Amino acid sequence: MSAATQRHQTWLHRFATLTSASTLVLVAIGGLVTSHGVGMAVPDWPTSYGYNMFALPFSIWFTGGVFHEHTHRQWASIVGVLVVILARWLGGERSRKPIMIVGAVELAAGIALRFAGDEWRGAGGFLAGIGGVVLLAGIAWFKNPAAPKPLPAMGWWAFWLVQVQGLLGGLRVVLDAHEVAGIKMGLIFGIFHACLAQAFFVLLCAIALFTSGMWRRFVEQRNSFAAAGEGPGSSNRLQLMILGTTILIFVQLMIGATMRHQHAGLAIWDFPLAHGELWPATDAESIQRYNQQRVEISAVDPITAFHVQLQMIHRLVAVAILVLVSFCCWKVLRQFAGKSVVRRFAIVWAVLIVVQVGLGAWTVLSHKAADIATAHVVVGVLSLATGSSLCIFTARNPVSSPRAAAVSARETAEAAALKQS
Amino acid sequence: MKTTSLLLLATALTASVANAADITGTVKLSGTPPEERPIKPLKDDVACGKLVSEVPTTKFYVTGPNKELADVVVMLKGVTGKSTGASAKPAVLDQKGCLYVPQILAIQTGQKLVVKNSDPALHNVHANPTADKNSSANAGKLNRAQMAGGPDLDFTFPAAENFLKFQCDVHPWMFAWVTVVDSPYFAVTDKDGKFTIKDVPPGKYTVTALHRKAALTGVDKEVEVKEDGATVDFTLEVK
Repeated sequence: MSAATQRHQTWLHRFATLTSASTLVLVAIGGLVTSHGVGMAVPDWPTSYGYNMFALPFSIWFTGGVFHEHTHRQWASIVGVLVVILARWLGGERSRKPIMIVGAVELAAGIALRFAGDEWRGAGGFLAGIGGVVLLAGIAWFKNPAAPKPLPAMGWWAFWLVQVQGLLGGLRVVLDAHEVAGIKMGLIFGIFHACLAQAFFVLLCAIALFTSGMWRRFVEQRNSFAAAGEGPGSSNRLQLMILGTTILIFVQLMIGATMRHQHAGLAIWDFPLAHGELWPATDAESIQRYNQQRVEISAVDPITAFHVQLQMIHRLVAVAILVLVSFCCWKVLRQFAGKSVVRRFAIVWAVLIVVQVGLGAWTVLSHKAADIATAHVVVGVLSLATGSSLCIFTARNPVSSPRAAAVSARETAEAAALKQS
Repeated sequence: MKTTSLLLLATALTASVANAADITGTVKLSGTPPEERPIKPLKDDVACGKLVSEVPTTKFYVTGPNKELADVVVMLKGVTGKSTGASAKPAVLDQKGCLYVPQILAIQTGQKLVVKNSDPALHNVHANPTADKNSSANAGKLNRAQMAGGPDLDFTFPAAENFLKFQCDVHPWMFAWVTVVDSPYFAVTDKDGKFTIKDVPPGKYTVTALHRKAALTGVDKEVEVKEDGATVDFTLEVK
């Protein structure tokens, strides 16, 4: 690899890492919005209190819950711009034309919406703004080569997801009061918005991983092992176990998002017992008793049996994840020797899960203090990203599969031939 | 003929009002309520913290020395279509010290509810009706910003609904619950737990006592109102 290519790779990785880190901050701010229960503190979207969202006076911005919600919107705009640039960078010169077309279409549609009536003016401005940024990214970029596969496709996924995510966030506000089958749309969009944020962060982390020197070294080592027909490898069973555990973590985050967006506060406020029992009663009389004894400051709506059961399921799944991650970590440490990066990720994963369980307990014991609950969200998404990275590492380890080993050996031979020519 | 009918109806109504009497009573609480929690976020808030000298607490159970219970909505059950809300004086819900005052309020269907902002701070007045008629009657008005010194906001709810929640999302500890009754026969207990439902025509009724925590779905009692009125006391239980 030439020095220029090396430098380009390094900067691409740094930019991908910056975008991932910014997204993690965005998840944290979003977590604070939900923890404080201020998702509707700015009742309109994409305008803020009738202002263009970038022109909201500071006197309003720095008032109570408006601060969290409006900062979330502003930060999301920054992440949006970063993702557009990243997608353009990963796609290289070939992505220039399609990005310009998308930008022009969004800009034109946004301008058209502004003339469709007063109620569409804000949405039109928002879409036109996105289109303008996308168009600029298409026009004003260097003629860099595309990143290796599958990075350009991953960039496109991020490009579309960030826009869908922005739209979901907006719909969560605009359709808050609307109900379908007795369920508030604000709740549904809020849960989707939270879950997609987690998946989106994982995607960006994967991009950062694939652009990293660590990944290149891992692949080189993998290929050299494969060529030699030996080396550390993960068994199919371990791969499946890590994948299954990561999926379970995502399910757990979905349960958590459902609990948080119902704004029902704490359905159970003691730990490790639950309403003084191993499994709390959920008959009507018991639920009435819990509600009489609940004193919430912000989440004042009465709880139901479903809220209690959901929290118990969350606790049980947490125990299952703790056991599974510990087992996966132990297996990885046994199967991967020396200073393998897989070992390091497995140890970090186990530490994160232990911290996460502690934060979960602290969230209950602190009566769902906003900062603790938000830390619980952040460590949750970090656990998911770490598990996903381990899935990538173990899935890409060819020694466990003869077919994959053969493919890797061929790739190594091709790379060597290319180098010689 | 038409004139005669109107005269007869007017006479009947006058007679009915003339014979009408009050239902009075006291509501008490039995059992031990949980301790109220200090609303620390209010005191920590840059704007709201300046408006209070001490940290206010939640007010789910407002009780007197002998467990008299305030903020209980007492109403006649099953009496509908008698609302005089359209001609009634508007009810007022104020925002003072970054709290809704009063926290518990009862109004009639069709009665104007005026929401004021007495604070030097921005609030957003977010009503959460559950009755479809109340949502549609206030479409586009259910979540509105109210700047410091801004004009009053008004709401009118055409359907009866218990504990219609008002909140401020800017200050997420601010709540009020407005019970909308389809008749003028209701009252909210004062700090001594006392209530008076005025001008009830003689007859047998079911009286319901509703409390946000102790009796969310209501506790009923039968009562007969005679010319000298009636008395009915409630004891709500917290388990």
